[in-house]
Amino acid sequence: MLFDQYKPSEHFDEMFEQQDCRGPYSEFKDHLQKFSKKKLFQLQDSADKAQMSMGMTFNVYHDNQGIEKILHLDLIPRIISGKEWEIIEKGLIQRITALNMFIGDLYHEQRILKEGIIPEELVLTSQDFLKPCVGLNPPKGIWCHITGSDIVRDKSGKFYVLEDNLRCPSGVSYLLENREIIKQAFPQLFSNIGVRPVSDYSNMLLAMLQNLSDKPNPTVVVLTPGIYNSAYFEHSYLAQQMGVELVTGQDLITQDNRVYMQTTKGLKQVDVIYRRIDDTFLDPNTFNPKSMLGVPGIFEAYKAGNVALANAPGTGVADDKAIYAYVPRIIKFYLGEEPILENVPTYLCSEKEDLEYVLENIEELVVKETNAAGGYGMMIGPKASKEEHAKFRKLVAAEPRKYIAQPTLSLSTVPTITEAGIAPRHVDLRPYILYGKEIKVLPGALTRVALVEGSLVVNSSQGGGSKDTWVLFD
Amino acid sequence: MLSRVADSLFWLGRYTERAENYSRFIDVNFNLSMDLPPGMAEQWQPLIAATGDEKRFLELYDGYSRENAIKFLAFDKENDNSILVSVTKARENARQIRESVSKEIWEVLNDLYHFMNNAVKRSAWKSLDPDQFKQIKYKLQLLQGIGYDTSPRTQGWYFNKLGQFLERADKTSRILDVKYHVLLPSVEEVGSPLDFLHWSALLKSVSGFNAYKKLYGKIEPSNIVEYLVLNVYFPRSIFYCLTEAEKCLHEISDAKRGYSNPAEKAIGTLRSELEYADINDVFKYGLHEYLDQLQRRINDISTAVYEQYFKIQPNFATQAQDQ
Repeated sequence: MLFDQYKPSEHFDEMFEQQDCRGPYSEFKDHLQKFSKKKLFQLQDSADKAQMSMGMTFNVYHDNQGIEKILHLDLIPRIISGKEWEIIEKGLIQRITALNMFIGDLYHEQRILKEGIIPEELVLTSQDFLKPCVGLNPPKGIWCHITGSDIVRDKSGKFYVLEDNLRCPSGVSYLLENREIIKQAFPQLFSNIGVRPVSDYSNMLLAMLQNLSDKPNPTVVVLTPGIYNSAYFEHSYLAQQMGVELVTGQDLITQDNRVYMQTTKGLKQVDVIYRRIDDTFLDPNTFNPKSMLGVPGIFEAYKAGNVALANAPGTGVADDKAIYAYVPRIIKFYLGEEPILENVPTYLCSEKEDLEYVLENIEELVVKETNAAGGYGMMIGPKASKEEHAKFRKLVAAEPRKYIAQPTLSLSTVPTITEAGIAPRHVDLRPYILYGKEIKVLPGALTRVALVEGSLVVNSSQGGGSKDTWVLFD
Repeated sequence: MLSRVADSLFWLGRYTERAENYSRFIDVNFNLSMDLPPGMAEQWQPLIAATGDEKRFLELYDGYSRENAIKFLAFDKENDNSILVSVTKARENARQIRESVSKEIWEVLNDLYHFMNNAVKRSAWKSLDPDQFKQIKYKLQLLQGIGYDTSPRTQGWYFNKLGQFLERADKTSRILDVKYHVLLPSVEEVGSPLDFLHWSALLKSVSGFNAYKKLYGKIEPSNIVEYLVLNVYFPRSIFYCLTEAEKCLHEISDAKRGYSNPAEKAIGTLRSELEYADINDVFKYGLHEYLDQLQRRINDISTAVYEQYFKIQPNFATQAQDQ
């Protein structure tokens, strides 16, 4: 039997509690037990091939030669019960509501700073606090339209938010395509088990974007940095799924504070831009003058209310890893509620007591640079060498504002197909939240898996893979 | 549609057609070499000359051997027009507009791209196997067939076909021109069995041999030239290609007749000249010279299309002027 030899990890295993299969997985297990190991490996092989031919690839480019890698998709899904999902959903809606109010407040009255809930200089020294956005009112008062929060699960099975990812989170295309591939691998199972569908995402996304314009039939586009961007597949995929144009900076032009795309029939006004370009590259006139990716004048057009940008420029300020530590207080301040989803305990090196603790206990902690993403600028204490400990002690002491630290997390595990057979591997969870007329959480997520035994780094840029995530109807 | 996307679709059409025609070029000579009398050397120089890239060839190689010629025409990344480069560029164009081409087209193009790169890895030019060019041709024809059955007939389709037909018109003229460059041992050989062989090979390379036989019967140079330049029915004749390309331009602009922009004017003028020309006009002008001016005018049409539809204002430069 396929799972007989499986030894769950000492962490929280999503499928097994010691030798007993957990509820959400029971039907899946019964179905899979009928498979031979050989059959499972064959299915995995055809899934790999499907990914390659669908062009679900990451790109590394040299000359004309494309090096295209697939984001490995493991066949065994991550399954979440409807009840567990409800907590995540409510928690995320609460969190996004509060964060959106927070961003609006920072660029207007700054009540939260005045009342001393968050130290003023923490926000004002953040490079993500964009001065040109002060006093700005984005359409419908929405700043963070698309969010992809990272959630982890500790030994006790409790969920924690690890990061908020409010600026251009990627990965949703993999979620959608993964589902298509897994459906082909387990066709019967799907109809029996009651998995909530995710295929509505592109409609939800388009409706959310259209909501940002007051025109009856606004022109929406996706703005990409171009084919050399590692997420280009996703940009083109989303544009195609929504049936809108995929544009690069050079396709757009501004005139009289309006944005136009250059078509074969002349200029056509653009009303809403889902931009996959970082804030500071958007407009060389306002931000980074060296940017060749953006569109000169686009920020003025945005300020004049003639074009909507999603996410709104300036949103990144709430995504700072130092601000993260304050999110529970942010929720309390704006909503008067206790957070439904907790934060991972976080030490702010900018605060004296925390700094001392971090320097003394660096071997036990995960130290992260506040502005880095993708698993870079990060040290995992228990896995790092003495030299690295010393190096990070120096770095942190020199620029405490740039670092936070967290206790080493015990990420939950899911059975995963490895060369040696089925074995536990650590995972996280990235659900996608859209803020349109109301806040909606897609009932599914990208589960990222660290394919190396014992590894906690799930980032695709560092050898992570993915799993389909099933949210059940129950 | 976006000018950039239209541009990419146009060039996707041109590069796939170019790749197909280069595999046809090579076919001419393969066909010929099988029928040549013993002792008669294969002539690769005329083929290279007809592509218009002879200068580049001489920079890279030091003799017109079969191996050199095939490497240059098919597999050399230093030749801007080789099959390898055309396929790579076609794929690059498709990649930039992935959301505008069907999944099946992308998959076939991808497959062809890997096929070409594998061929380069095993130095395929060293083999005498004409089959690989047949395979390239088949894969490209598969691409056409899928496109025909899966693409909506919107602007994008017509830009793609416009590129394809302009490219084909140019390449048919060049294939025909190979004959001009092929040297017969003496003037007396004109009309000889060897001459006949050349003409047959040429017809076969454009997949036009059987249709020609049906329409004209015997192999006769003036008929062949008429067939490839002026024929109304043969889908690779220059007249046919220009007629189709003109229709594409009209579909794009919604013009019913005549012209509404310089590109339409240029192509309409050329098409109607061919429509009212007969084969004597061509020979009076001189075949090579006639083909040469056709190629130049097809080029001008392509430039006019660019000016009309693809040229975009650099947003950075405009901004600088405003300030």
